[in-house]
Amino acid sequence: MLRLLARRIAYVALMLGGLVLITFVISNVTPADPAALAAGPDATPDMVATLRQEYGLDRPLPEQFVRYVGDLLHFRLGRSIQSGNEVTDDLARYLPATLELVLLAMGFACVVGIPLGVLSAVRRHSWFDHAIRVLAVSGVALPAFWIALLLQLVLAVWMGWLPTGGQLSIAADPPPVVTGMVLLDALLAGEWATVSDAAAHAVMPAFVLSLPCLASVLRVNRAEMIEVLGSDHVTAARAHGVAPGRVVGLLALKNAMLPTMAMIGLRFGWMLGSTVLVETVFDWPGLGLYAVSSAIASDFKPVMGVTLCIGLLFMLANLLVDLAYGWLDPRTRGA
Amino acid sequence: MSATAAPGPRLARFRAEYAGVLRQGRFFAWTFARSPSALLGLALVAAFLLLAAIGPWIVPYPEDARGAVHLANRLQPPSASHLFGTDEMGNDILTRVITGTRTSFWIGLTITGLAALVGVPLGIMAGYFGGRVRSVIMRVTDVFLAVPGLVLALAIVASLGPGILHGVLALAVVWWPGYVRLIEAKALTLRSEAYVEAARTMGASHRWILWHHILPNCVSPLVVKASMDMGMAILAAASLGFVGLGAKPPAPEWGAMISVGRTFMPDWWWYPAFPGLFIFLTVLGFNLFGDGLRDTLDPRSARG
Repeated sequence: MLRLLARRIAYVALMLGGLVLITFVISNVTPADPAALAAGPDATPDMVATLRQEYGLDRPLPEQFVRYVGDLLHFRLGRSIQSGNEVTDDLARYLPATLELVLLAMGFACVVGIPLGVLSAVRRHSWFDHAIRVLAVSGVALPAFWIALLLQLVLAVWMGWLPTGGQLSIAADPPPVVTGMVLLDALLAGEWATVSDAAAHAVMPAFVLSLPCLASVLRVNRAEMIEVLGSDHVTAARAHGVAPGRVVGLLALKNAMLPTMAMIGLRFGWMLGSTVLVETVFDWPGLGLYAVSSAIASDFKPVMGVTLCIGLLFMLANLLVDLAYGWLDPRTRGA
Repeated sequence: MSATAAPGPRLARFRAEYAGVLRQGRFFAWTFARSPSALLGLALVAAFLLLAAIGPWIVPYPEDARGAVHLANRLQPPSASHLFGTDEMGNDILTRVITGTRTSFWIGLTITGLAALVGVPLGIMAGYFGGRVRSVIMRVTDVFLAVPGLVLALAIVASLGPGILHGVLALAVVWWPGYVRLIEAKALTLRSEAYVEAARTMGASHRWILWHHILPNCVSPLVVKASMDMGMAILAAASLGFVGLGAKPPAPEWGAMISVGRTFMPDWWWYPAFPGLFIFLTVLGFNLFGDGLRDTLDPRSARG
């Protein structure tokens, strides 16, 4: 197990190195002059030249790359032109909101998707199964930003049941910062009014974000359940008179959970990507909104920062899934 | 009679010559048609392709397609003369949505085509030759797969500057690794098949084996993935358009239309609603169609 851990961590480090190289290449294909952008529209050529020298943009590319890696190792990602803050500080502020949203969405997808997948497998070919199948395909095909707008229109504007956007009402006092996740912080502080306010704000974005994840979890879980339910050891258990509920719940579900878990890990990364869309619609102050507003303003440093940050999170999630796999299924440890 | 008599024998000869192919084709059609969801997918894809092909000739207001100005009837609700309503310039939304079909078709085709063009050769090289080539190719692929595609595409577009061409290019850059993975896995299993080994022992060159055994066997999974990716690529490009980094507003692209329509949101809700519906139906169509194709062409890998 320790060897597996060491190998996986080394692999993540390698991937991270590759990602750093990619972001460096991307930053250098830009047709715009980064020094001119940083200097602002009123800068004289002299000022631009000074900045270029200061940033080391006049040095050869390999030297610039070494410098870039060195900065990254010291958590220096540069300064955002828009906010004027260090990108690292901005990331630290926006990351908790995004994580909160993604974790809520993931939780919802699992709580709803796994039971539906099991039921769908047990009642295979029933009308319920067909309805679930349609739901699963639609979940992947729905444009997240479009369904978000429609939900906002119906539930927030027409019905007035939920707030249109943001993380908290303007009137609400934000809870004392512990984790940075508003809902969790409010819970920790025991401010119940804030908890319900934050929860109401999170319902729609988390639901929209969870749809593709829900659909895939459901699909994979159903397919695996069908396969496991047809296997010899399940038939044997049934023949020995093990109660049907125990067969489905303990024997089959436990085996079907492995691929389901892998899918959840994969979808975690996709959800981090979709936050770009969902946060834009719901004005959720997270990494996605930060990346989009920076990208539109041609403010590159924050965009690269978000790319690195989300990439790292995704790699860590995959690492966790790999380790859990190795722990639950000893056969995969050698791979 | 004499007019139909001439192709008669030729048709019979054709039937005799290609009996195997025809029989397999009939079997594929039969399997595919058994699934209602696959047929629905086929219908949606056919409708999409038809609109892309003849759209410019059937739209009710052709001059609105590229953006005209009729301020007198701006932002009108859906009615008999404007089924989907009008936008802020007074353009017919139905016209613009139908015109957008062709834009989306080219976007999907370009992204999928470029991705397959890069991914398939790399996948075959990695899977068939193995060794160091394989580890290098697969490591690079893994790095690209380690970042959510939309985020990486966003970074690339931010760097190149917004625009439909840059958006398509950025999505193609993040799309090819999926093809490498797929083809590599397939080529890896094919490499040790008995008939490939037999060909090798009989002195067949690598090129001959690749051309006659590996590539033909990769076609089925490739077709399935490509048909699903048509939908997903259209969705991704529309997403870029929506956040304001893809196609720019006067161009009739669905994501960009929703992006503008969103600013008219609570009161003029039909503006973003209809382009979104077309995205949904298109992506749904390609997904169901791809699913049906997989059940037909590649039944062993069919799941769910």
